[in-house]
Amino acid sequence: MESYIFILFATMAVAAAVGMISSRDTVNSALFLVLNLISVAGIFLLLKAQFLAVVQVLVYGGAIMVLFLFVIMLLNLSDEEHMLSRFSVRYAVGFFLGVIVLSQLLYAIASVTGTLPHIHPEMEQIGTVESIGDALFTVYLLPVLVTAILLTAAVVGALLLAQRNISGKVNK
Amino acid sequence: MEMDWYLGLSAVLFTIGVIGVLTRKNAIVIFMCAELMLNSVNLTLVSFSAQLGDVHGQILVFFALCVAAAEAAVGLAIIIAIYRNNLTVDVTKINLLRW
Repeated sequence: MESYIFILFATMAVAAAVGMISSRDTVNSALFLVLNLISVAGIFLLLKAQFLAVVQVLVYGGAIMVLFLFVIMLLNLSDEEHMLSRFSVRYAVGFFLGVIVLSQLLYAIASVTGTLPHIHPEMEQIGTVESIGDALFTVYLLPVLVTAILLTAAVVGALLLAQRNISGKVNK
Repeated sequence: MEMDWYLGLSAVLFTIGVIGVLTRKNAIVIFMCAELMLNSVNLTLVSFSAQLGDVHGQILVFFALCVAAAEAAVGLAIIIAIYRNNLTVDVTKINLLRW
C-alpha cells in the first residue's frame, strides 16, 4: 500500500516539475510548482514527518507561492515566444549537463543501495510537533532567534530593493 | 519501502531543477527552479532523518524553509528592481555585467 502511495506522489511530483520547466506561461509554471510542493508534502507524510508536511503546505505552497504569483501579476509578463526553436545549442547543453548531474547522483545512490535501512520504528514520535518543538526551543534556541533577525532583515531588504527610485535617477 | 526510492526521487527532482535553470530565460522561472532544487534537498534530509530516527535532520529542514522564505522575498524584490530598470526579466537581455 505504501509503495502505491509513494508511486502516486512521486509521479505527480516529477510530472509537475517537468510541466513547470516546460510551460510557456509563468502563471502555469507557478501553479505546477504548487502541485509539486504539495506532492512532496505527501511524501513527507509517508516518511512520518507530519510537522514538516504541514509546514511545507502552509509556508511553501501557501505563502511563498502567493508571493511568486503576486510578482508575476505585478510584472504582467507576456508568454515566452519560440521557447524551443531559438538557442537550440543552449537547450542541448543544458539537457546534457542535467543528464550528467542525474547520472552522478544516481551512481552515488546506487553505490549504497541495499545497505540503507527502512524507516526507523520510532519515527512516528519523532516527526510530531511536540518533539520538534522540544528540540527547537531547547538545543536550537539561539538559531531560532537568529532566524527571527534574518526574516526581519529580509523583509526590510525586500522593501528597500523594491521601492521606487525616489532620487529621480533613471538608469536607462 | 527502501530509502533508495526517496533518494532517487530527490535526485530526479534536483536534476529537473538544474535543467530548468540552464535552459529557461525567464528570471522568475529560474528562481522557481532554484526553489525546486532546495525542496528536493529537503526531501533528502527528511528521508535520512527518517531512516536514522533523528530529529535533527528535520530541524535543519525547518531552518532551510526559513532561509528559503527570506531568499524568496529578497530575490523577488531584486527581480522587481531589475524589471523597473530594464522592462524585462529575460536573463539573456540583462547583460550589463557580462563580458
